[in-house]
Amino acid sequence: MTPTTLTAYRWEVRKLAAQKRTYIGVGASALLPVIFVSVMALQTGGPYDVPLGHNLRHTGIALALVVLTFASRFGAQLVTALVAGDIVAGESSGGTLKMIFTRSLGRGQILAGKTLATFTYVVLLLLALLTTGLVSGGIAWGFNPVVDLTGTRLSAVHALGLTFAALGVFAIPLAAVAAFGIFLSVVTRNSAAAIVGTLVYELVMEAVVGLVHLQWLHHYLLSAQFDAWHGLFQTPVFWAPVVRCAWVSALFAAIPLAAAFAIFKRRDVAGE
Amino acid sequence: MVPVEAHGLVKAYGRIRAVDHVDLSVHEGDIYGFLGPNGAGKTTAMRMLLGLLRPDEGEVRVFGRDPQRELPQALDGVGGFVETPHFYPYLTGRTNLELLAAFDGGDAPQRVGDVLETVGLQGRATDRVGGYSQGMRQRLGLAAALLRNPRLLVLDEPTNGLDPGGIRDMRDLIKSLAAEGMTVFLSSHLLAEVEELCTRVSVIREGRIVYEGALADLHASSAPRYRLRTSDQQAAQRLLLDAPALHDVQLKGDDLVFSADETAVLALSRHVVGAGLGIAALVPETATLEQLFFELTEADEHRHRLEPVP
Repeated sequence: MTPTTLTAYRWEVRKLAAQKRTYIGVGASALLPVIFVSVMALQTGGPYDVPLGHNLRHTGIALALVVLTFASRFGAQLVTALVAGDIVAGESSGGTLKMIFTRSLGRGQILAGKTLATFTYVVLLLLALLTTGLVSGGIAWGFNPVVDLTGTRLSAVHALGLTFAALGVFAIPLAAVAAFGIFLSVVTRNSAAAIVGTLVYELVMEAVVGLVHLQWLHHYLLSAQFDAWHGLFQTPVFWAPVVRCAWVSALFAAIPLAAAFAIFKRRDVAGE
Repeated sequence: MVPVEAHGLVKAYGRIRAVDHVDLSVHEGDIYGFLGPNGAGKTTAMRMLLGLLRPDEGEVRVFGRDPQRELPQALDGVGGFVETPHFYPYLTGRTNLELLAAFDGGDAPQRVGDVLETVGLQGRATDRVGGYSQGMRQRLGLAAALLRNPRLLVLDEPTNGLDPGGIRDMRDLIKSLAAEGMTVFLSSHLLAEVEELCTRVSVIREGRIVYEGALADLHASSAPRYRLRTSDQQAAQRLLLDAPALHDVQLKGDDLVFSADETAVLALSRHVVGAGLGIAALVPETATLEQLFFELTEADEHRHRLEPVP
């Protein structure tokens, strides 16, 4: 059988599944909603000022998205950077690149497999958060209707569908963060530098958002796209931020990925 | 099709030329030894053969294909490793091979069990590589190379980290693979090993090839050397130094060693006896590969050096 990108992808996923670090990231993601519910159970009040926060204590369906709002600043990016930053650099420092580069699979196919595996990990992170969010939120507050951001009451089933969709929208900019992490992983050949670099990249974008005279740029920065899912919880659904999220994130992913592929395919492998 | 043909390879890192206009030619069926001191450019040249490094100048052909432009097809029929083979430490030996076999395609996945048995690792195949010794990783590296059912096997210091038994096993294995028709290109520091295994060698020094050819020709190319022991070595040494047809006169232990042709040796023996010295021994000495290696790689430092008579 001729090896393909799918072969590389399958083995990248298998390698991720064999590493503790993967489970730490997914575990942390899954634990967040449980911690959130536990803390709320021990105190009165809550984060009612965040989107959908007013639904907490009334329905468990909104929990995952409220937690995501808090995690969207750096938590999700950090866990993503941990895997994306290491996906190539880990092989450079481990000396395994030269072993896989001398097989029958092309370098482009290898990097494509790694990229797809990283995106899979991003989706897995969000699914872990959603699952424990729904379970812990449901146990604590039940599966009741949700009041959306325009004050419309949505049935539990409808809100659940929108929650899945919202996580899908959230995954798009997160994949773009992963793409930048992969780019740094290829360029720096150093996991720590790539992970820190990815977080600094996010910090810089947050800082730019804070600059008043660059407010016009805000909607076109990657960091702003993490709020795009809010459009889904409006009646009628406000698609503009979702569409913008898709193309802005695609642009933020395509440029570093194109550079990463170009470098990866031509790079010298010396001492790694 | 010639397994390896390299012309004018150059690779520089800043001002340092790691490889400087290297030509190599490995013929089908060769067990080809690539020799040189540490840092001479062996591994850099081998990386270029496997398409891991791009030469600044020159070109390489592996079975007629350019590994710089035709990867991965250029490595069809080629298996091997450069430097210590590395694997994923969190996967077992078998899983590592399954991964590489999947990346190879063809019948490689069906060969995993066989190659594990060939290198004697079947008993530890389900252990994680993180717990493997250096020698076991070398064996696994060879297994990974054999997965490709190669016509050309490229091995960088294959006996590194092996115990004496492992070295013997590896040597026997390389011999048997070559006997089956596989061409082997190996670098080694162990000159005795190269002498025993290899049919052709090249010697690289400071990035340049200083010898390439049959091992037998290398032995033949060295000036005939003789060992002389007399009743008075100080007097004999003076005679040898004055004799115009003798070269590279050295005192090694109790013996005087020199290079000369047979005519000069006959004349010398008459001259020594004529000077009233008794000859205890005058015997031809075959240069070992080690001696030839040092001559080629350290020639400027040692040639014509005469040790003082105590």
